[in-house]
Amino acid sequence: MDFETVIGLETHVQLKTKSKMWCGCANEFGAPPNTHVCPVCLGLPGVLPVANEEALRLTALTGLLLNGTISPQAKFDRKNYFYPDMPKNYQITQYDRPSSVGGYVDFEFAGGITRVRLTRSHLEEDVGKNFHFERHSGVDFNRAGVPLLEIVSEPDLKSADMAYEYLNALKEILIHGGISDCDMEKGMVRCDVNVSVRPKGVQELGAKIEIKNMNSFSGVRRALEYEIPRQIEVLRNGGKLTQETRRWDDAASVTESMRTKEMAHDYRYFPEPDLMPFVPSKDWLEEVRRRVVELPLARKQRFMHDYQLPASDAETFKNEIRLGDYFEATAKQAKHPKAVANWIINNLRAKMGETLTSLDELKFNPASILELVELVESGKISTKIAQDVFGEMFASGERPGAMVDRKGLAQVSDTSAIEKFCDEAIAGNPKVADDYRAGKAAALNFLKGQVMKLSKGKANPSLVGEILERKLGRNSSNGKSVHR
Amino acid sequence: MPNRLTISELTAKLGQREVSAREAMESCLRRIHRTDRTIKAFLSIDENDSVAQADAADEALRHGANHQEQPLLGVPVAVKDVIAVRNQPLNCGSKVLGHFRSPYDATVIEKLRTAGAIVFGRLNMDEFAMGSSTENSAFQVTQNPWDPSRIPGGSSGGSAAAVVADDCLAAFGSDTGGSIRQPAALCGCVGLKPTYGRVSRYGLVAYASSLDQIGPLAKTVRDAALLLRVIGGHDRRDSTSIPEPVPDYTARLDGQIKGLKLGLPKEYMVGGLDPGVSQAVRAAVEQLQKLGAEVVEISLPHTDYAIAAYYIIATAEASANLARFDGIRYGLRVDANDPIELYCRTRGAGFGTEVKRRIILGTYVLSSGYYDAYYLRAQKVRTLIRQDFLNAFEKVDAIVTPTSPTAAFKIGEKSDDPLQMYLMDIFTISANLAGICGLSLPCGFTKNPKLPIGLQLLGKPLGEETILRIAHAYEQSTSWHKEKPGL
Repeated sequence: MDFETVIGLETHVQLKTKSKMWCGCANEFGAPPNTHVCPVCLGLPGVLPVANEEALRLTALTGLLLNGTISPQAKFDRKNYFYPDMPKNYQITQYDRPSSVGGYVDFEFAGGITRVRLTRSHLEEDVGKNFHFERHSGVDFNRAGVPLLEIVSEPDLKSADMAYEYLNALKEILIHGGISDCDMEKGMVRCDVNVSVRPKGVQELGAKIEIKNMNSFSGVRRALEYEIPRQIEVLRNGGKLTQETRRWDDAASVTESMRTKEMAHDYRYFPEPDLMPFVPSKDWLEEVRRRVVELPLARKQRFMHDYQLPASDAETFKNEIRLGDYFEATAKQAKHPKAVANWIINNLRAKMGETLTSLDELKFNPASILELVELVESGKISTKIAQDVFGEMFASGERPGAMVDRKGLAQVSDTSAIEKFCDEAIAGNPKVADDYRAGKAAALNFLKGQVMKLSKGKANPSLVGEILERKLGRNSSNGKSVHR
Repeated sequence: MPNRLTISELTAKLGQREVSAREAMESCLRRIHRTDRTIKAFLSIDENDSVAQADAADEALRHGANHQEQPLLGVPVAVKDVIAVRNQPLNCGSKVLGHFRSPYDATVIEKLRTAGAIVFGRLNMDEFAMGSSTENSAFQVTQNPWDPSRIPGGSSGGSAAAVVADDCLAAFGSDTGGSIRQPAALCGCVGLKPTYGRVSRYGLVAYASSLDQIGPLAKTVRDAALLLRVIGGHDRRDSTSIPEPVPDYTARLDGQIKGLKLGLPKEYMVGGLDPGVSQAVRAAVEQLQKLGAEVVEISLPHTDYAIAAYYIIATAEASANLARFDGIRYGLRVDANDPIELYCRTRGAGFGTEVKRRIILGTYVLSSGYYDAYYLRAQKVRTLIRQDFLNAFEKVDAIVTPTSPTAAFKIGEKSDDPLQMYLMDIFTISANLAGICGLSLPCGFTKNPKLPIGLQLLGKPLGEETILRIAHAYEQSTSWHKEKPGL
């Protein structure tokens, strides 16, 4: 019997705000324990939450980026459960009216574009962090009250790899949109998985198993790679699966049962009476709408289409947003955008890396790159000379055209001058010339080199080849030509 | 003795340098030393801090500060143990908070300090404001200043007793279902519950967030009006506070109520009402008519459902609000081997019977499968009750009722019967559900024994000006407020 897998993901993302969700404490990772805390985020008696408006904006913006429908009001609820890392022993979240409903994520998978639908995205608060020592435990509340967005997918995912690619695509969108830095190591993204298997062709879903405690996307993939065969194995052996929550043990690479359905929490949700529902105005929404950016996949596809770039170049410009923007600003007026892309990716990017220079610090302007490409394409300078020109232009900011003129770097394309150099080279190397005439094709390269030397590198290499061949009694159409 | 004065009288004397803030404060402390051993209104007093605040007020007065800019400069006011005052204990009448001291001032305390008040003392209350007699305090039973064998009402029983005993010029309490108005009635002072959102709740330890309001307990209507002007207003730290300007509530206390229309709800003058109370309220209504008000009968048809709806909504909210008292971060901790056991032991030892009863009730009504039948239905009833009042206020300017069905009862009399205790709030609870304002003021005494009776005036949302004006006119035409218990 063949089985198919059904996976849904709940992804928690810390929003990129200056302050926490309900108070003015800094939303900052890495500070000494309990230094970014105040009466509000510690849940002291008598305090009240006040919603962070930027968090509300980022939540609405996420909804727009993920093609969801923005709720006409942001309403909050209390989710009740006791845990030492939770200051109030209830979490403020959005239960029945999430900020964004529906939507989807498109991403590249298995050579095509795959769409995973989203159920909802809602805003809530993060909790503190427990630490266990030999004889006692401690709680760091710096993280308590950090705005957290939960993005729930439909059960559209079918494999561990697909889940992995979905998460990466989602992360890319959130980073592009300025929603979150999505730094996994700092715990800015966390993910719970719901997975079930069923015999192929069966409509009804299998028992839903939730897996928690993965701390990386690859952890999610590995947990699924363990869990899916485990479930199939149970069914194959005639066993039965029941709804439960399992914990991923990363070190042992196994999932283990945490609690069964009978032990499931009753969270006793009810509307948060300390917060009035936030009703965004038209202007407010318009302001958020203005912050919508192009999605990474769309950007990649557009770069490939509009500039005829290969996928690899487009991928680079998708990932390196500022470099891509720089390319776009430059390539708009270029005849051959691919050549511009080559210069930016192969030369500019490398040079910037070597010298730790940012795009803002460049001494030349984008027009200089166009000028350089034009100099090469018109045959005025060789590619090799162009490399030197670029190096100098990067260092000094001098316009390449001016530099070529000033230093006399222009290729010699004047046939009479090249003919003179060719005659000189043949005369000076009669044996080599004879070798060539006798059929030794490689001999031509030596003569070409001599001509280039005589011209101080400025002779147009293709003209040199043509003229030498003509003078030595062969021409480029005989199929044995060496010129490139 | 300055402690026996009203705020208006004291500030006049402070302004004239007839009395100093220090003298006023010390007269309060002397009074407390003499009478509070038996009354037991105060849980604690930081005397050094009180006197230091008084000296600072005298210093300010010497440097030209005045009561136009700081209307409470040098006025000693005391605070219910549920409002956060920086560096002072905050116990909410409970053992669960242990030795907790608040690291911050509630917004109302900040406002009082800005207005120059001397903020002192922690006043006894029913644990977490759950109760109508102050007997649910984990620390002590406060006595009614009129009769030591009787309760002062609750939950702000300490606040009402302290005001009536002249321990302070005024006090602050909180009102979730009548907790300011009912003790004010039973002790014989003015108690005002503002419109929900009129006063910031920041720093008020929440019992039921959608019902709680802080308000003043004072010796006269004018004092209550002045205090509301000081503490009212929008607070960016409380999202539920109303962004409307605060009027000068004292400006229109001119005794003129001619032409105002008062509603007498027929559902309120029924069985269970003590004959003495009924008689006093009817006499008060006649007095209001004599002053020129027109009185009409109105109907608040959903009144019968108020107590049930209240005990579902309030306990549901309380079950979440009180979850933070868990022994992990502050307050009492009874240690254990794992968190669950620690929670159970701490909360088991820290909370009293009534608090536990309400937490369990609130947890139950929110439980999966019961939510719709209880919590959701109660919210619908709440909407109907609010609508009742809004309909009534189409026809009348204010509503007149008794504050409490009986005068103060004996200590221990209703301790074994929570339902009987809940019925003490039958006339006050609806105002919290509807979010409207209400006040109680003295309107007479029962005959034997002599115990105060309260008249309740209910007003529209943000209609405090109107009920204060009516209350003031009535008060000035009677002498109930001048009577003092023989302490």
